[in-house]
Formats: sequence, C-alpha cells, structure tokens
Amino acid sequence: MMGPGDVVRFSFRSLTGFRTRTALMVIAMAIGVGAVVVLTALGEGARRYVVNEFSSLGSNLIIVFPGRTETGGNVPGMLVGRSPRDLTLEDAVAVLRSRHVTRIAPLNIGSAYLSRGRLNREAPVLGTTHEFRDIRRLEMDRGNFLPPADPTKAQSICIIGQTLAKELFPNEEPIGQWLRIGDRRFRVIGILGAKGRSLGFDTDELAIIPVASAQQLFNQPSLFRILAETRHRESLDTARDEIRRIIKDRHEGDEDVTVVTQDAVLATFDRILRTLTLAVGGIAAISLAVAGILTMNVMLVAVSQRTAEIGLLKAIGASRRQIRSLFFTEAALLSACGALVGLLLGAVGILIIRQLYPAFPAAAPAWAVGAAVLTAALTGVGFSVMPARRAARLDPVIALAKR
Amino acid sequence: MISLAGIDRSFQVGDQTVDALADVNLDIGAGEYLSIMGPSGSGKSTLLNIVGLLDRPTGGVYKLDNRDVTRLTDEEQARVRREKIGFVFQAFHLVPRLTALENVSVPMMLSGIAISERRQRAAKSLEDYGLGDRMDHRPSQLSGGQRQRVAMARATIMHPPVLLADEPTGNLDRASGREVVGLLERLNASGVTLIVVTHDPELGRRARRQLHMVDGRINADNVLQK
Repeated sequence: MMGPGDVVRFSFRSLTGFRTRTALMVIAMAIGVGAVVVLTALGEGARRYVVNEFSSLGSNLIIVFPGRTETGGNVPGMLVGRSPRDLTLEDAVAVLRSRHVTRIAPLNIGSAYLSRGRLNREAPVLGTTHEFRDIRRLEMDRGNFLPPADPTKAQSICIIGQTLAKELFPNEEPIGQWLRIGDRRFRVIGILGAKGRSLGFDTDELAIIPVASAQQLFNQPSLFRILAETRHRESLDTARDEIRRIIKDRHEGDEDVTVVTQDAVLATFDRILRTLTLAVGGIAAISLAVAGILTMNVMLVAVSQRTAEIGLLKAIGASRRQIRSLFFTEAALLSACGALVGLLLGAVGILIIRQLYPAFPAAAPAWAVGAAVLTAALTGVGFSVMPARRAARLDPVIALAKR
Repeated sequence: MISLAGIDRSFQVGDQTVDALADVNLDIGAGEYLSIMGPSGSGKSTLLNIVGLLDRPTGGVYKLDNRDVTRLTDEEQARVRREKIGFVFQAFHLVPRLTALENVSVPMMLSGIAISERRQRAAKSLEDYGLGDRMDHRPSQLSGGQRQRVAMARATIMHPPVLLADEPTGNLDRASGREVVGLLERLNASGVTLIVVTHDPELGRRARRQLHMVDGRINADNVLQK
C-alpha cells in the first residue's frame, strides 16, 4: 500500500501544479486565520491594558466611596428625607485603625482655573496627602511631593504635571513660584514625572494640593474617594470588611459607603474584556468558516477538472480509498498552508499595531491561536470529505472518456 | 487466462435500456495477440473496460486466471488492475504536472514500492523505451509518440501479464504509430497477452486473432493460421 509520505508528496505536487488555485485558497484561509489572531490580539490587548493600568494603581488597594451602589428593598433615607452622609477626613483617618491597613490616601477632586501672570488654563485639581504618592506609584521629575502632615491642616503648596509646568511657566523654573488656583495662591514645590495617561487622569495636566486645601477650595467637605492599602493581598477581604464596619460605626450604624477591592474591579473588567475578545474571535471565525466552504468549492472544481486524472489513477490500480486519501490530504495540506500563512499574517498585523500604538499591549492569546488553527484544519478537512468522496466514486470509464 | 461467460452490460439511458454488451462469451489464452474491431457503439470499448476491471458487467461471469473477479471488492479489484493489467489509451492520459519519470512511477507508488526502487525502475524502463534523455520533461514538452511511449512504460512497469490498448495509435502520426505498434508487438512476443481495440483495419489486421463486434455481440472471431 501507498505510504503516508507518498500521499503527502503526491498531494503536494498537485498543489504546486495548480499555483493560482492554491495561492487563492491559501490567501482565503490565511485571511480567516489572520483575522482571528489579530482581532483576539486586540481584545486581549485591551484586557491587558486595563489590567496594567490597575496594577499601576497598586494591587493591594481598597477603594471607599460615598453612597451605596446596591439597591435595597426599603429606602429609609428617602422616607426620612436624609441624604447619604459625607465621607469625611475623619472617616479616612479612622480607616487606619484597621490593623491590616498600612496607609491611606483621601482624595478630593475638582476642576479649577490655574493662572500665572497672564497665562491661565483649566485643569483637574486633586487634593490628597503624602501617602498618595506611594499608593499611586507616582514618579517625581524634580522637587518634592506633599510632605507628611496632619491631613486636616490646609497648606498653600502644590505639585503640578509636566504640561502645566511647561504651559504656565514657559521661561522659568516653576519650583518656588506662586501659582493661583481658583481664588487661592499655592507655591509650587514639585513637578510630576512624565507618566502619561493613567486610568483617565492625565498626570501631565494634573495639579495636586493638600486635601484640606482642596476641601476649602471647592467648598466640599465630603471626600471623593479614600484609597487604603493593605500589607498583603491575602488580607484584602478582611481589611475591606473591617473598613466597612469602622465607617458604619462612625455613621451611626448606616452602611452608606461602598467599599470595593481593587481585585473586584479588576475582575469585572477582566471578565468583560475576555467576553469581548471571545466575541470578536467568534466573528472572525465566521470568515474561517467561509474559507472552509471556499475550500470545498475549489476542491469540487478540482475533482471535476481532474476527472481524467482520477480515472487514470483508477485504471492503473488506485483503489477508492487511495483516491479519497489523496484528495483529502490535498485539502488538508491546503488548510495547513493557509493556517500557517494566516498565523504569519496575524503576527505581522500585531507587530504593526504595536509599532503604531506602543502603549497598547496587543498580543494574541494562545487559546485563540490554537482555536484559529484548529478551526482552519477542521473546516478545511471537514469540507473536503465531500469532494474526496466524489472523486473516489467517479466512474473510471466516464472519467477516462472525458478529454 | 481470460474467460468471459454470458457477459451482459446494459446502461440506462433515460427510460430506455441500452445493451452495450449482450451475452458475450470469450476465452483468451496467455500470450495471445487479439484485436477488437467494429463500428462506434458496437461495444468494443465496453468489453475492454470490463476485461480491465474498470467496469462491472450487469450479468455473467468473468474469470481472470481461474478466479472470478466480478465479485471482488473495490480494494481487491484495484489490486488486480495494478498487478495484472496494463492500460494504454488513445489520449495517453499522462498526469500533466508530473515529469515522465514521475508518471511512470505512479503505479509503483500506488503499490507502495520504496521511492529509491521506483526511481531506478522507472528510469530503466524509460531508457528501454528510448526516453533516457526525457525523464524530467513534462508531458507538454514531449511529442505524441514520446508521450505514448511514456504511457507504455507506465503500463508495463508492474510487469502485468495483460496489456489493454484502446486505439493506441489514434492520436499519433503514422511514423509514431508504427513505432508504438512495434513496441506493443515486441511486448506480446515476450509473452504478454495483448488486446487492442481499434477502428483502424490496418492495425487490427496485424493481430493473430481478430474479433469483430456489432451491436454488443461478437459476430466474427478469426484466428489467422501461421
């Protein structure tokens, strides 16, 4: 009997014998596989991007913000005409009583006009404390961050981002200079390092002032967020429950704040983006199925084009099984080549995306690459069964008579 | 060697049944040289196809070497074709994308002969047919006579005891035709049973035994006395 090496060699010669057809099929298959690879790489890239952004925030993080996100059955607040309590600086300090929490940073945020001489612009202003720098892993370009101090004491100092420094102090060193923020004056004590965009904040355009100063500036006693960092990842959940209890005690037994761990937020994004990746991968897989149907079509045409050859093979002693395996192998090789070229195409696509958007970590997940190749192989081979059978069933007499 | 008893072959054309062969009885001994002649549609090609196991009779028994080959499975029939029967066609039927050497090697590939032996045997055979310098040519680069010689090399590469030729000179000029006939007759002289189907009376008359067919029946079976 004919060995597998012979089958592959003969089928390969058939493929090289019909170059245009083979090239077109390989391209169709390659586009399908390439699309799956590139699209899932985009989805996966988006997921990684978000994950990276969050981990730059620090991974042992607990976020506290005012108000409940859960919907309850009764609405006592509304019945007694009471709005949720403010999240105060005292609450923030109280959070430190949990022995799992190593440091906290209260956050207050607003938008204000910054002016220096005749230059002015609007920018987000963040009120926080010394610990914020470590929690957010902020880099300083020069100067100092907010010094350790009593968070309830307002101080007229500020740290500004790179863009603000350039635009408001075009020809002088900003450090030591006065900057007007809203209706108050602040002395610039430091410049943030260039970090770019991070979770919606462009740190280059950010001004940071002490939290108490921000409360006065925006006339807003309630905090926007409290960030709390724990010693270990393992103690995150315990710490979260403790923080919830501490603030509940302080708020006369009302649970009117939301406490989430960084992990929970991350997991949600992770889930959403994985689903998204799966969805786009699935859409791309449709193109693969189309390529599979194309393969079938072309193989059927090949069978009718090569009836004489099939008849001849039968006349010189090929059994149906042999003919079937020859055509089957041909289709399988075609799909394999297509898948290979598709992977290459996908890799090139990812490379281009990375060149264009270096910050975006596009990378095809291994499962998607595997699934793409598998789908290519399955559709290619699956849709070849019919043409191969048709070839095998061909009546040699009729096949040979046709010229 | 070849024994056909009561062979029928009918085709369904529309709602009509056409008898291509009707009650054909024929015995052919080993080493015979037989020609089958007759007008178009007389059933001579159908007869050849049945002898070559490319077609199955609707009725009757065909024994090859005392073995009933009409009831064999497809796999077994393929094996018989491979080992016992060589075909030469009017249209040569070479695989256009393969070289002469590869074309001759195909039957050996189908029987699973090792590639090194295939090359060696195919090369030797092509040399015997005077095509030693054409081994790597594709059919399109060969003349008609050369193509038919490649086809003959392919038909004989497995040393089959029976050689079936369907209008072997039909697509050739006279000189090439004569050459091919000479080669076929030389094979017959070495003991191969040769059956030639032809329209050409000149070719048909060369055979020692001449069959004449009309309407699916053998109406003349002349054996020349030497």
